[in-house]
Amino acid sequence: MEPKVNLIPIHIMGKQYMVPDVLTVMKAMEYAGYQLTRGCGCRGGICGACGIAYRLPNSYKIEVGLACQAMVQPDMYLAVLPFYPNKRGVHDVENLGANVDTFKALYPEVFKCVSCNTCTKSCPMSIEVMDYINAAMRGDVRQAAELSFDCVMCGLCTSRCPAEISHANVAILARRLYGSQVVPRAEHLAKQVKQVKTGKFKEGLAKLKSADLTSLKELYKAREAEPDNAPDEWAPKSNDYL
Amino acid sequence: MNKIAYYPGCTLSNTAKNFDLSARESMKALGWELDEMPKWNCCGTVYSLASDNLINHVAPIRLLVRAQEAGHDRLTTLCSMCYHTIKMANHLVRKDPDKLEKINFYMEPDPAYKGKVEIVHVLEMLKKDIGFESIRAKVVKPLNGLKLDCYYGCLLTRPKEAALDDVEQPTVMDDLVKALGAEAVYDPYLTECCGSYHTVMDKDVVADKAGRIIESAKKKGAEAIVTSCPLCFFNLDARQKDIAAKTGRAPGLPILYFTQLMALAFGLGPEVCMFDLHYVDPRPLLKAKNLM
Repeated sequence: MEPKVNLIPIHIMGKQYMVPDVLTVMKAMEYAGYQLTRGCGCRGGICGACGIAYRLPNSYKIEVGLACQAMVQPDMYLAVLPFYPNKRGVHDVENLGANVDTFKALYPEVFKCVSCNTCTKSCPMSIEVMDYINAAMRGDVRQAAELSFDCVMCGLCTSRCPAEISHANVAILARRLYGSQVVPRAEHLAKQVKQVKTGKFKEGLAKLKSADLTSLKELYKAREAEPDNAPDEWAPKSNDYL
Repeated sequence: MNKIAYYPGCTLSNTAKNFDLSARESMKALGWELDEMPKWNCCGTVYSLASDNLINHVAPIRLLVRAQEAGHDRLTTLCSMCYHTIKMANHLVRKDPDKLEKINFYMEPDPAYKGKVEIVHVLEMLKKDIGFESIRAKVVKPLNGLKLDCYYGCLLTRPKEAALDDVEQPTVMDDLVKALGAEAVYDPYLTECCGSYHTVMDKDVVADKAGRIIESAKKKGAEAIVTSCPLCFFNLDARQKDIAAKTGRAPGLPILYFTQLMALAFGLGPEVCMFDLHYVDPRPLLKAKNLM
């Protein structure tokens, strides 16, 4: 017997299509005949290319989502936002201070924010956008960076902002400042890079490269891996590759 | 340790860190922890007087909503701008339920503000929650021999709906510095305008206005001016450079936050006062008085 497919109506940019109710919006669009060249990317909810805005019957709410993640709903009325123009404050992060003056210089429009919270309401990643913009407004780089970490740059917040803020780029600036100037440098990384450059691993790598498949498999099986839930002080017995 | 929800505002997180730190530490010494809200937005900076444009009141009301949702019935702050903006917005929505309803409808699905949170200034806490007698009892280094002019500025006392003290003759800071052992001089300029935001557009206006306040304080024999507002502080302190350029005479009068005086009197040391943020260095005066 044929599996039963339940078709529901959805409206893509004003036109109605009958689509199976088990699809994501993106798959429903393809089912309806769209060949997507923009407004689709990773299909895993992380690239931010497929932001959608939609409304549902008997509600004035503007709903948001990512087309590859949001499931179709009966009579949803939708449009995809493949791209939204953002302002970009070009900068060299090394020459900037991790403080409010940097935001003032590169994104002065953040100070137009009236805390209406529309950005937060229109974020498909449930980021507290208004809060990280406010953190930037007071130079709290750490909070701005941490709150904005999950941003996929879909641009939905920017499309709705009455203060014309380019939120995602403000967030990128915050995270660049945070990573380059606020968190402590990883000293051990610099040490390791130096060891790579001075050729400490050349010999070992050459040995691996010339090994045949059987001995490679043996080496792999015999490798010393950090066990799950290893205590902090765990260290390998052999230091050859460190 | 008592706890109260605390809204620092942007200025105390940046240029007025000396106000913020000295307040947190001296309040701790009095048994009160200023518990910073985990997330907070701009207060709106200026209370909007436009009667038909409610969007400007969303920011301060949002702060009150967050305090309400965290279970607080009071929220404290120090910056005069923040205090004034939040208190006036609170007053607006309490007296006009239609406006509150409109703002709440606009903010949904965020929780609605019920109008029950009080915004209190730390000066009000000192007077009502703690009391000057208890403050006097905490003093280990009395500010003996220090003559201070307590300057209130405009926002703490006007209009009457926002006033934390008498509109014409506020005394709360005078009472405080007396409890700390200092002498309070009376200065008729105590609620004059410092020039406020003209400082951005026209330094000259501020040099005039602040110059007059400082001149008057000096005539009355004050050795420093005490303030509770970061903008007054900036206009009275940093603009002394412009006063000097204009008049050819540098006033050289130190400006102090009331919280720095508490910190010194409670023996918390000059570290929490961050005097390096001052344009006119108050340390020579304080050293001469044996206060550091």
